[in-house]
Amino acid sequence: MADKRADIAIIGDRDSVLLAKAVGLRVFDETDADKVSHLIHRLARQEYKVIFITEPLFAACGEAVEKYKTETYPAIIPIPDSHGASGVSMANIKANVEKAIGTDILFAEEK
Amino acid sequence: MVTLQVKPTRMELSNLKRKKKVAVRGHKLMKDKRDELVRRFIIYVRRNRVLREQVEEKLAAAMQRFVLARATMSAEAVEEALCYPARPATVEAGVQHVLSIEVPQLRLAAAEGFSYPYGFMTTSAELDGAVQIFSEALPMLMELAEVEKVCNRLADEIEKTRRRVNALEYVMIPQYDEAIRQITMKLDENERGNLIRLMKTKQMIAGRE
Repeated sequence: MADKRADIAIIGDRDSVLLAKAVGLRVFDETDADKVSHLIHRLARQEYKVIFITEPLFAACGEAVEKYKTETYPAIIPIPDSHGASGVSMANIKANVEKAIGTDILFAEEK
Repeated sequence: MVTLQVKPTRMELSNLKRKKKVAVRGHKLMKDKRDELVRRFIIYVRRNRVLREQVEEKLAAAMQRFVLARATMSAEAVEEALCYPARPATVEAGVQHVLSIEVPQLRLAAAEGFSYPYGFMTTSAELDGAVQIFSEALPMLMELAEVEKVCNRLADEIEKTRRRVNALEYVMIPQYDEAIRQITMKLDENERGNLIRLMKTKQMIAGRE
């Protein structure tokens, strides 16, 4: 399949995502969980391939995120917001490992 | 366990034997697929974790700078500086296949030469720094997006495959085995019954003469 150019979206509170504007991402300044869910669906339909979303919102919109999780596109990726990383994304990786392998071998190593 | 309801005929028996052969072969293939998926998944997920840590570090640094920038500049000035549309960053999105599972392939469309979208007149050095760090983090973010998506897809696929392997191993194949055993016994029993009947008849004829 030929490569297709697509825009990159970023959703989050104003403080966290304003910076992304300077490097050319499409910024969506939204903090209400319901509205963000709608926004995710809309962006997915508009063929955004990559959607970054701040961790608190990522956690709040579980349903919308789950829907696209196992599809090829769009990739919805949690990023830390202005308060730093909350561990939601790491927990996500961990959940993946547990789902695939049945036990957490990745994080268990270092205990 | 639920046994298959089958008619005890030779035709059914050969059908079942064929089905079992397919199931056994399928089981082996599935198992191989699962093992390979897990192997690749582990590689990806390690990468995912490292990238995630790096990205979090970078973004935290960028955000910190940004907070400083906001402190040194007025809120309006920050808004104003960032309001100007920058050259949009786009991503080339393709599809690659990992064991015939479609996974995304993302490449940041080459942005030659980074430039600030605002003038330096009213902005502070901290803002420059924050923007710079963020733009450096962008390729990393893309890779993270790709790897994380691959991990999601693989995890899903591994789960499915594992379920199929187990279904074949613990349900389908034993069921076929059981059905084949039943038919064989029934057929053998019929055969013996036939033989006895023949012998009996022969005896009766011999007794009459």
